[in-house]
Amino acid sequence: MPGATHDLIVVGGGLIGSAIAWGAGRAGADVALLDEGDVAHRAARGNFGLIWLQGKGVGAPAYMRWSLQAGHLWETFAAALVDETGIDIGWRRPGGLQFCFSDEEMDGRRRVAEQTRTDGGDIAIELWDRADVLDRVPEVGPEVVGASYSPLDSHVSPLYLLRALQEGLQAGGGTYLSGAGVAALRAEAGLFVAETARGPVRGRRIVIAAGLGAADLAPQLGLSIPVRPERGQIVVTERVKPFFAYVGSGVRQTAEGSFLIGSSHEEAGFSEGTDVATAARLCASAVRTFPRLAEVNVVRLWGSLRVMTPDGKPIYEESQTHPGAFAATCHSGVTLCSAHALVLGPAIADGVLPEAVASFRSDRFHVQAH
Amino acid sequence: MFRRIEASAGTAGTLTFEERPVAFRAGDNVAAALLAAGIARFRDSPVDAAPRAPYCMMGVCFECLVEIDGRQNQQACLIPARTGMVIRRQRGARDLADRAP
Repeated sequence: MPGATHDLIVVGGGLIGSAIAWGAGRAGADVALLDEGDVAHRAARGNFGLIWLQGKGVGAPAYMRWSLQAGHLWETFAAALVDETGIDIGWRRPGGLQFCFSDEEMDGRRRVAEQTRTDGGDIAIELWDRADVLDRVPEVGPEVVGASYSPLDSHVSPLYLLRALQEGLQAGGGTYLSGAGVAALRAEAGLFVAETARGPVRGRRIVIAAGLGAADLAPQLGLSIPVRPERGQIVVTERVKPFFAYVGSGVRQTAEGSFLIGSSHEEAGFSEGTDVATAARLCASAVRTFPRLAEVNVVRLWGSLRVMTPDGKPIYEESQTHPGAFAATCHSGVTLCSAHALVLGPAIADGVLPEAVASFRSDRFHVQAH
Repeated sequence: MFRRIEASAGTAGTLTFEERPVAFRAGDNVAAALLAAGIARFRDSPVDAAPRAPYCMMGVCFECLVEIDGRQNQQACLIPARTGMVIRRQRGARDLADRAP
């Protein structure tokens, strides 16, 4: 609460900040989680809800290892979170399918699987031909030539996940402040001070996990988080009886029966708007996969902003000018949530970054002068 | 349960809900006709099978879903009542076989 000095301030109440806060709190830290509120650009509330590992980090082994560590931690993480909060976050791991519509696409998935093996990725990726797919998913359309499959891919309700993390933090004695957008950060008398809409909040350590809002806050404590928005639109259908038990890279059926169809990649500045042409393209792609979706009604469509770094990989770093101040950002707040909660949060509570993320400093973006 | 504001307008036609005849007035949508006839259980939720009734009456909440002439998940509050409609409760999520040829 304002007035007290916390062990750790977490700036940003999205999935990344909430996961770090929950994990740090479980590790014994007195945590204050500062959340701007529903006016914020909330990737946490707009995303697709996939935990997608096949192909993630191909060509970037450290990113692949960190992502796969998260993938393997999800079972433990989900069980702990549900057990502590009693909230069913809807985590299911039926395995994921990326459907292919040409031999070239199948070759691409084959290369992903081979590169993953070469890099020592701890994940099984199978190539299914059309007959294999029809055995498991008879509803696919005639243009599907095959798919890649991984048993590690899963999905979750991002809304329940966010709520569970924030409730779990508070149940464990942590502080969650809504309506606490941060205007400025500073160091003062050995402490960090966040000037919020609800007054100053003081802490011995601080982590900036403020999504797109982090770009302006980070330099105030000697950090760098050069992120930009990338819009994705997602279509939601009426509820229909379950017929797709797996998760697809662009289409999944929720526990309640709705289909989620995603997702576009657009440069639209900070606009979270939608347009019919994009929705129609997304729907056409889903119908190509499952022709029976053609007669299913769309009930909602929304746009949301991904938090993109220059190379698409996360940033984790500790400030060199202000030790004890950390930055954390990525566009995979769902997939990496388990690692943020069980590895990153407890480490930051101890004032260090995990060895696994040592290569994700922002100075990789600096041009080297020779 | 619900009482009409205009007491005197005549009947414009009849539909059936779960095989029970329901008279409606000119201008009624399906949801209004059913509610005026004292019917409150429009559907059973696909999540927990709980009974549900219309809430928003303007096409937003999807609580009023019914099956009309064999088509499931129809929004009763958006569809004008017509004579001869065969309406049934929506039980759980829509079965895509409802429109198979």
